[in-house]
Amino acid sequence: MISFIKSGLFTTVQDLGRTGYQRFGMPVSGAMDTHAARLANILVGNRQGEGVLECTFAGPSIRFETANFFALAGGDFGALLNGEPVAANCARYASAGDVLELPAAVTGARAYIAFAGGLDIKPVMGSVSTTVKTGVGGLEGRALKAGDTLRFRAPKEELPLYEERVAPKKALPEYSSSPVVHFTYGPQADMFSEAGKLAFVHSRYTLGVKSDRMGFRFDGPAVSYKEGADGNIISDGIVSGAIQVPGGKPIVMMAERQTTGGYAKIGAVIAADMPVVAQLKPGDTVRFCPVSVAGAQSWLKRQNAVLDGLEARWNYETQY
Amino acid sequence: MAEILVSSDRSLCVEFGREISEEINGEVRAFYEAAAAAGIEGVEELLPTYRSVTVIYDPAVVSYMRLKREIENLLGRLTTAERREAALVRIPVLYGGDCGPDLAYVAKLHGLTEEEVVKIHSAPKYLIYMMGFLPGFCYLGGLDERIAAPRLETPRVKIPAGSVGIAGTQTGMYPLESPGGWQLIGRTPLKLYDPHRENPIRMEAGMRLEFYPVTREEYERIRRSEYPEEYPEGGDKA
Repeated sequence: MISFIKSGLFTTVQDLGRTGYQRFGMPVSGAMDTHAARLANILVGNRQGEGVLECTFAGPSIRFETANFFALAGGDFGALLNGEPVAANCARYASAGDVLELPAAVTGARAYIAFAGGLDIKPVMGSVSTTVKTGVGGLEGRALKAGDTLRFRAPKEELPLYEERVAPKKALPEYSSSPVVHFTYGPQADMFSEAGKLAFVHSRYTLGVKSDRMGFRFDGPAVSYKEGADGNIISDGIVSGAIQVPGGKPIVMMAERQTTGGYAKIGAVIAADMPVVAQLKPGDTVRFCPVSVAGAQSWLKRQNAVLDGLEARWNYETQY
Repeated sequence: MAEILVSSDRSLCVEFGREISEEINGEVRAFYEAAAAAGIEGVEELLPTYRSVTVIYDPAVVSYMRLKREIENLLGRLTTAERREAALVRIPVLYGGDCGPDLAYVAKLHGLTEEEVVKIHSAPKYLIYMMGFLPGFCYLGGLDERIAAPRLETPRVKIPAGSVGIAGTQTGMYPLESPGGWQLIGRTPLKLYDPHRENPIRMEAGMRLEFYPVTREEYERIRRSEYPEEYPEGGDKA
């Protein structure tokens, strides 16, 4: 079990999302940086979709009431175990009484903590992901508070291949505060003017402060519509990474987005780049770069192959 | 003719039109049901809307080209003839009073009595065009324009779950407590959304929905079985 000494700015339990209910208006939710969540889980021998803690900008201080293995991934929060720096992207161990602190993001925006054996939380509609807006999932459908406790489902005293569980460089996304973010065009790309599309791919866009788990709002040159179009459409489905453009300003739809929306979408960020987007802080800048669907999918395939490869190497006991 | 558009590197959008109409929505339903039944390998989820179905897939399992072909085959085999009779869901509503604080306003706006507004509101079998915005929120079509009413100038900070309202030419229900600017004309005792229930949301797009007025006693009776936690043992709700 862990207990929260400090909650951090916004710490929630997330897994890879609540799928299968979007047609009922249920947001998928889940980890913003799914790559980091999956990697942290693999490092401690969990299945990739196990529930983890997602920490935002300023992280929690937690006490291990029970000893267990854990792993940190995603943004670097200057993590300390009993006051000493503790490495991310590798399996670590905490004894009963140890305190893990994630003071503040040094690079990136979101850090993930996975615990061996997972957290003992009853799934709701198939997932432990927290959707604060609808009060569902995680611990009582809310962010964690000081004084909260979470039980481990199956804490481990031994973790096979412990020394080897270090993520190789190729398993770490190229996080950056000024990345190139790749996207595919469609489905309303034809509603935008040539000038608008040129502006979109040639300018830098800055992440604004009004950004959260639902969507990231970017500031920059207007992505203008064609003559006669006003940017409104009859509501359409919104997928992860979809780029809606109300009033010429791009918004990238994130994990807790509404399922449908009425603004024209120029395209969608590719799945392989969503982890990079999830680590942006307000003030960071991006350049959007169009790619083909085939190109995007081959990137994703390579990324998944690296994670699956690590899982096969270390966690073969969980394979069947 | 339906168009297949790229929605992302993990989804495509099958578009049937760019307006709200029962005919287009009928095509959406037909395709959605056929695709759901077909169980195409690699398809993770289907998201139907007013006029399109977003197909979310795993590119590691099915390629874009192959999925596109499967969808084209499915579209080719669809017949608009013999569609299943849409299921009807009936929603009990306690109209007016403290459950419908804006009923008087809507009546006055159109020079009708409150009873007439209730009669007009509860007459149609509304089509559920799609669900979105909140889990369990239905986009209904068919509100009689005789009772259309503009949104509140100052939205309420808290609207109770189950509230039935009118906003412009739209009518609907709030599945969750939420701020909002709808004119509230009644409340349903039904728990529209319960994530812990086996059937978390009892209706879906393509069904028809009918409101029917109930008395306060019936309202309380239904509510007691839907929200047992509000009726502590032995006591009645104050």
